[in-house]
Amino acid sequence: MSQIALSNITKRFRAITALNDVAFEVKDAEFFVLLGPTGAGKTTTLRVIAGLIKQDVGHVTFDGQIIDALPPADRDVAFVFQQYSLYPTMTVYENLAFPLRAPLRKLPEPEIRKRVTETAEVLRISHLLERKTAKLSGGEMQRVSIGRAIVRSPRAYLMDEPLSNLDAKLRETLRVELAHLQRTQGSTTIFVTHDQIEALTMADRIGVLNHGSLVQVGTPEDIYDRPATTFVAQLVGSPKINLLNATTENGTLRLDGSDVHLPSREVCNDPKNLPANLVLGIRPEDVRPDPDGLFGGEIALTEPLGVETLLYIRIGRQTLVSTVPGISPLRRGDMVKFGIVRERLHFFDQTSGARFSA
Amino acid sequence: MAEIELRQVEKKFGEAWAVRPMDLTIQSGEFVALLGPSGCGKTTTLRMISGLEAVTGGRIYIDGKDVTWLTASQRDIAFVFQFFALYPQMTVRQNIAFPLESQGMKRAEMDHRIDEVVKMLEIGHLLKRKPAALSGGDKQRVALARSLVRKPACFLMDEPLGALDAEFREAMRAEIKRLHLAQHATSVYVTHDQVEAMAMGDRIVVMSNAVVQQVGMPSQVYHNPANLFVANFIGSPGMNLVAGKYADGVVHLDGGSAYPVPDGWKPVLSTALRSDDVIVGFRPEAAQVGEAGALSGVVYTSDLHGAYTMLHASLEGEAGRNVEDKIVHIRAPREVAHTMGARICFDLAPDMVRFFDPKTEAALAREVRS
Amino acid sequence: MASDVSAKRTFAETGPSSPVVESVRVDQVTPRAKTGMTVRLLLAILVAFIMLIPVTWMAMTAFKSRPDATASPPKVFFAPSLDGFIGLFTNRTQLSAGALATEQERTDLNFWEKQALARGMRILGPSKFVNQLQNSSIIALTSTFLAVTLGLLAAYAFSRYDIPGKGDWLFFILSTRMLPPVVVTIPIFLMYRVLGLYDTHIGMILLYTVFNLSFSVWLLKGFIDEIPIEYEEAALVDGYSRLQAFRKIVLPQCVTGIAATAVFCLIFAWNEYAFALMLTSEKARTAPPAIPSNLGVGGIEWHVIAAGSLLFLIPVVIVTFALRKHLLRGVTFGAIRQ
Repeated sequence: MSQIALSNITKRFRAITALNDVAFEVKDAEFFVLLGPTGAGKTTTLRVIAGLIKQDVGHVTFDGQIIDALPPADRDVAFVFQQYSLYPTMTVYENLAFPLRAPLRKLPEPEIRKRVTETAEVLRISHLLERKTAKLSGGEMQRVSIGRAIVRSPRAYLMDEPLSNLDAKLRETLRVELAHLQRTQGSTTIFVTHDQIEALTMADRIGVLNHGSLVQVGTPEDIYDRPATTFVAQLVGSPKINLLNATTENGTLRLDGSDVHLPSREVCNDPKNLPANLVLGIRPEDVRPDPDGLFGGEIALTEPLGVETLLYIRIGRQTLVSTVPGISPLRRGDMVKFGIVRERLHFFDQTSGARFSA
Repeated sequence: MAEIELRQVEKKFGEAWAVRPMDLTIQSGEFVALLGPSGCGKTTTLRMISGLEAVTGGRIYIDGKDVTWLTASQRDIAFVFQFFALYPQMTVRQNIAFPLESQGMKRAEMDHRIDEVVKMLEIGHLLKRKPAALSGGDKQRVALARSLVRKPACFLMDEPLGALDAEFREAMRAEIKRLHLAQHATSVYVTHDQVEAMAMGDRIVVMSNAVVQQVGMPSQVYHNPANLFVANFIGSPGMNLVAGKYADGVVHLDGGSAYPVPDGWKPVLSTALRSDDVIVGFRPEAAQVGEAGALSGVVYTSDLHGAYTMLHASLEGEAGRNVEDKIVHIRAPREVAHTMGARICFDLAPDMVRFFDPKTEAALAREVRS
Repeated sequence: MASDVSAKRTFAETGPSSPVVESVRVDQVTPRAKTGMTVRLLLAILVAFIMLIPVTWMAMTAFKSRPDATASPPKVFFAPSLDGFIGLFTNRTQLSAGALATEQERTDLNFWEKQALARGMRILGPSKFVNQLQNSSIIALTSTFLAVTLGLLAAYAFSRYDIPGKGDWLFFILSTRMLPPVVVTIPIFLMYRVLGLYDTHIGMILLYTVFNLSFSVWLLKGFIDEIPIEYEEAALVDGYSRLQAFRKIVLPQCVTGIAATAVFCLIFAWNEYAFALMLTSEKARTAPPAIPSNLGVGGIEWHVIAAGSLLFLIPVVIVTFALRKHLLRGVTFGAIRQ
């Protein structure tokens, strides 16, 4: 397989800087996910690695060798697009065989047939081989797209939001399958998505991109438990992390827009070093109803999801979301008291959004 | 605010059924979600209620009035589209004013209504912009404002969050629900995302293949699914469904494990099953992983879902290739991370187990407190 | 008004008279909508009828005898005759009374010669019409082929590559169509004389290709723009060269566009009159200038002209009809954005 590294990649389109000094490394057989909102530069990064776009500054290396000058055909990577991957005028078999028929490969027909049938079996689409691609369902089409990449056994897979256009249920099934496939085949994969659940569940490591810059790189646990900025904290985790503005006053932390005062000693180890204004981050699952709790508020909305219930609690002008397992007896309008898990509080600087420990 | 009633409403295209005859009553002020995979008939049903699709059978009543053959504009409904359908050449304010202009309202009254709605959706700063300059979420807010301004009896929404990025859907979901509650409006909401339906719906209508599978409150549909489809479709991931054979209080699952049936279910299984084939259903959170357990499996993959870990295990004894048939999903605390190939044991919480008849696909009934 | 209201009220109760079987809105099956459709249909038939009158008249004239063709008031009912076609395809001479008598005694006359004899004429030999038709075919088909091929390559380049000044180039190409051709007739005539292209097939092919190229580039670019670029990028990454990707992926998806463009180019080249008249005389003369110049004894032979026009019309009609589905897409293309 292959190790891929990017160093100082910058790419500008006229006045817009799409990528700004992006650098990261993908180890051999790793599943690396580039996560970020639309327009962050994830697709651009992928296309630079594939050779479909040329970067202005920086290098792309495969296994230590700089490959900037190589055209896409010679880089031996497979690209799976979000849509428009399948040629509508051909059957599934021909779509799978297409990459193998490229003149530069010179593969004999029996070899092609063998590889195509094997790949079709792995993806369980053998029964679809003679069908025209226009007659396939969304899930089947994406399996064929993935099959087209697999059939080549390339050194690396580049996937651009391949599951985004599928129904929620289908996405769940394909996520598990893709992750398993990658782990059994041991293929280096770079996967781009804006969906944080895909990132958390599939990745060995995640790179968070925002406005063309890499904000944090780490394992899913790193990203979830120790987000480097408020942006990263809000990006992963469903429901979103609660971010509350707070001010330090006389040894207490007052939540802005409310009357709630928390003794600073209760929430952190070193209260003297707290800045005057800060942002508190607490994940919904770490907010628990507790009759002796520190917070108090009114329930504005409840969302029963079956496995858990989301409670939206209004404290003064700010709203806190709490996740409780199963069904909750609480209703809109109820007044309720809450506790927080102190070890799982995050502190962020109010201006820069950067994390600090306290 | 109005009651919507569908009596034997159906839609056929030639010989193909798009919606089989269905009866449904939506109470005044209720928020009903039409949920199902692509092509199940949910959008067609919504469009029949709106008049954008003519029925091939049955009658539709809004507020007691027979509206089956009234055109969409005669029905006092508002329709919110997935792709916003904003008029690109008009500003935001003109878009919102548009439905009122065709009614010949007085200027002062129009302005009052528009200001009301703009404040409700907090889009005052966008009034002079054109739709092309707005983000997806803002566009949907403008579309909602446009639907609210006429104060219609019913709101019909066709996957309004489908075109938005995942991170915006959560916030918009709560906003739409808040609007619904503030307006006391009757709302019908179409989606393929069961999380949305569960979070927002007072009741959910689960559809598949032109047929209504179950109608019920989120908790009912979640804890007491009527059949295999609903059990699998609701929940993320859906309910684990394992086939086996029942004999003497034990289900011998395909693959070897033996599951001792909880006492309360034994009489039901002895009488209700036609043969000894049965399907055991349990949700990921019903499984409790431990040192010893009645059931065992081998880990296929395990992944972090943020607050918890999801284990995907094969009951077979070897990590099989056929995912749907043999993989069960188990929700475990984060500390319980297991490597691929490791063996695990687990028990099922007795009040969370369900049983289904494989032939009819229906759930076996029992008095269960949900 | 009152009856309209009551009709709607009954409709609201009973629904449409024939059951709904397709995807249609309620406002499309109301009685008012149905009458609207009927009115529109009748209107369309009326307009079509009016549009077809000149063509029908021409077809009738092709089968009239000379006196019928020029009769005043015009004859709607007439005895059909093949005089027009004979006049089109043959050179004849009027026989004097004596020669006529000798001619009538001959026994080896074929059908056509007998027809000519009935009019007092003898067939001398074939006219140049067949040759002119051949010229038309060669010139129109070759120029269409060149315009579409070159246009396709240029359109692909404009669509896929980032060429400096692309917008300007495209505008320049389009602007050549804004020019009234008559403005350049004299310069081109002189140029052709100097270059020795006057009255040659090459000369006409060149001219028609250039005229059609601007239209071809614009139309084909629109089609290629619609083909998602991901298809080619996938092929590039999979190991195909640009040209191979073009051949295997873009081309098959362009077939509709190519068909539509080809038909338009063909129609233009086939029917072109002014330049054909000016730049050809004997060797490369095409049919359009030749047909109206049929002069015979007693003046313009309208029935011959009608026969010639009718025959000339037929190939284009066949081609257009065969490709009509592609044409519809081509005409509305680009106007409808998703």
